[in-house]
Amino acid sequence: MFPYIIRRIFWAVIILLILSLVTFTLMHMIPGGPFDREKKLPSEIIANLEAYYHLDEPFWKQYLNYLGGILHFDLGPSFTSRSRTVNDIIRQQAPISAQLGLFAFFIAVALGIPLGILGALKQNTPIDYTCMWLAILGVSLPNMALGPFLIWIFGLKLGWLPIARWGGISHMILPAITLGTAYSAIIARLTRASMLQVIREDYIRTARAKGLSERVVMLHHALKNALIPVTTVLGPIFAIIITGSMIVEQIFAIPGIGKYFVTSVTNRDYPVIMGITLFFGALIVTANLVVDITYGFLDPRIRYE
Amino acid sequence: MKIRVKEEEEASKVKVKETNLWKDALHRLMRNRMATIGAVIVIILCITAIFAPLVAPYAYDEGNFWNNYAKPGKEYWLGADFMGRDLLSRIIYGTRVSLSVGLMGATVSFVIGTIYGLIAGYAGGKVDNYMMRLVDIGYGVPTLLFIILLMVYFKSSFASIQPGTLGGMLSSIDNALGGMFFIFIGIGITSWLGMARLARGMTLSLKEKEFIETARAMGASNLRIISRHILPNIIGPCIISQTLTIPTYILYEAFLSFIGLGVNPPTPSWGMMISEGYQGMRSYPHLVLFPALALSITMFAFNFLGDGLRDALDPHMKL
Repeated sequence: MFPYIIRRIFWAVIILLILSLVTFTLMHMIPGGPFDREKKLPSEIIANLEAYYHLDEPFWKQYLNYLGGILHFDLGPSFTSRSRTVNDIIRQQAPISAQLGLFAFFIAVALGIPLGILGALKQNTPIDYTCMWLAILGVSLPNMALGPFLIWIFGLKLGWLPIARWGGISHMILPAITLGTAYSAIIARLTRASMLQVIREDYIRTARAKGLSERVVMLHHALKNALIPVTTVLGPIFAIIITGSMIVEQIFAIPGIGKYFVTSVTNRDYPVIMGITLFFGALIVTANLVVDITYGFLDPRIRYE
Repeated sequence: MKIRVKEEEEASKVKVKETNLWKDALHRLMRNRMATIGAVIVIILCITAIFAPLVAPYAYDEGNFWNNYAKPGKEYWLGADFMGRDLLSRIIYGTRVSLSVGLMGATVSFVIGTIYGLIAGYAGGKVDNYMMRLVDIGYGVPTLLFIILLMVYFKSSFASIQPGTLGGMLSSIDNALGGMFFIFIGIGITSWLGMARLARGMTLSLKEKEFIETARAMGASNLRIISRHILPNIIGPCIISQTLTIPTYILYEAFLSFIGLGVNPPTPSWGMMISEGYQGMRSYPHLVLFPALALSITMFAFNFLGDGLRDALDPHMKL
């Protein structure tokens, strides 16, 4: 197990290094400097500014500087909001996205797993078909369409829930449903498929043969094993929930990190784009790493690949 | 993954009849009602996209400024947007954008992925090892973030390039396509990894087959073996697997256009229309709801069709 974990961590670090290099190179290659204004600054001032931000050094040195900064959790300054560094921005806005993401994740799991089990237990009945039909429906509804639909129905027509901004639980419900639905659908389909596979295993027949009640067989013997493959998608789902939050936060005017990312893309605020990309990247890579390691624990066959 | 007892039984019942894989698959697809509906919608969308100028009542980029924010009615069936442009026409032309990105994104990643996988699988050994290691690393990099970065780079750096250079040529192609060209490239560059794995896997198993050995014994060159013997055998499944990812590409385009990294105005994109409209939703919900509906219906159609295709072609069901 130990060498497996080491190997995984090693690759995660490599991936993050590559991501940082690609990000840095791409942003560096864009023509035009951060201090280009409509009214041209005197060249001495530009030279001073560039020296201050170390922009006059060779590319590799700038990259190493940046990398050194990351190791100290310092992502550098923002070009458009002068009073805040990228760190400040992430520190202030990521918690909001995290709350939203966790709530959405909870909805996805709480809705997806029971639906999948139901589908598997009632395989090839109308209940199963309805569940799976709903699942495809959920997968197909993009955030940017589901969000407006929910706003229109529950916010504008019925007036039950607030449609924008960030406050109490009531502000969280619509965006979290928007964000969570698609993943609940993915989880439901996977749970069903995996349940169906497990139900045919010999040990389930054994469990039935020794006279255990159907309930015990399903919950203790089948479900536990069926959920192992489901854990693998939780990593990617975490990733989509984070990146998906860009759209949802934008539509619901939630001051989270996703919304700020879109703003910085619009403003071409390169340090913020880089910083948030790396932050997202690190989160996603860590999530995948955790899932891989958990998977290695849950299913020993994986380790010896 | 999916085990379907019912279909298995049915498949074993019809075994007596002589049939080939494709006919069989088509038959099974037709029996799947949702997949058939999906297929019909996809065909309608394609026709709409091709004949957009004939179908659309107005031009997509000409506004009539007396009719800003017109409500849906007789003159404008789905209303008009903030510049008085007919929403229906913009949605119809938006079909073009969505479908071309879906198709071209699939094509670009198909070409890159298949060639890469073929080379890796055919070369084998160390080359294969290194090439696939690269793919593994690529898998770890979040696709959406990578696309965003690429698009930021494309959008910012090719805007200011002088004509006459390669960059100038690319950016003029992009302008001619309303900003779609770089989306094709961005999607293609980031989405070929799965394709490469598939192509490599199939090449590896084909390479050991007798007919390849025969071809080699008869003195066929590597290029000939690849192009005449391996490629025709792997191209079918590769195309199908790319077809299944078309909805993902459509979604990428909508996403990029939503955050302002997609098509250039006035090219109509559903994602961009939603992003233009959502802030005024309280007063003009139609500006958001109709493009959102168009996007959702397209996604349903492709997903249901894809799901049906996957079930119809899944060889496990014939076992």
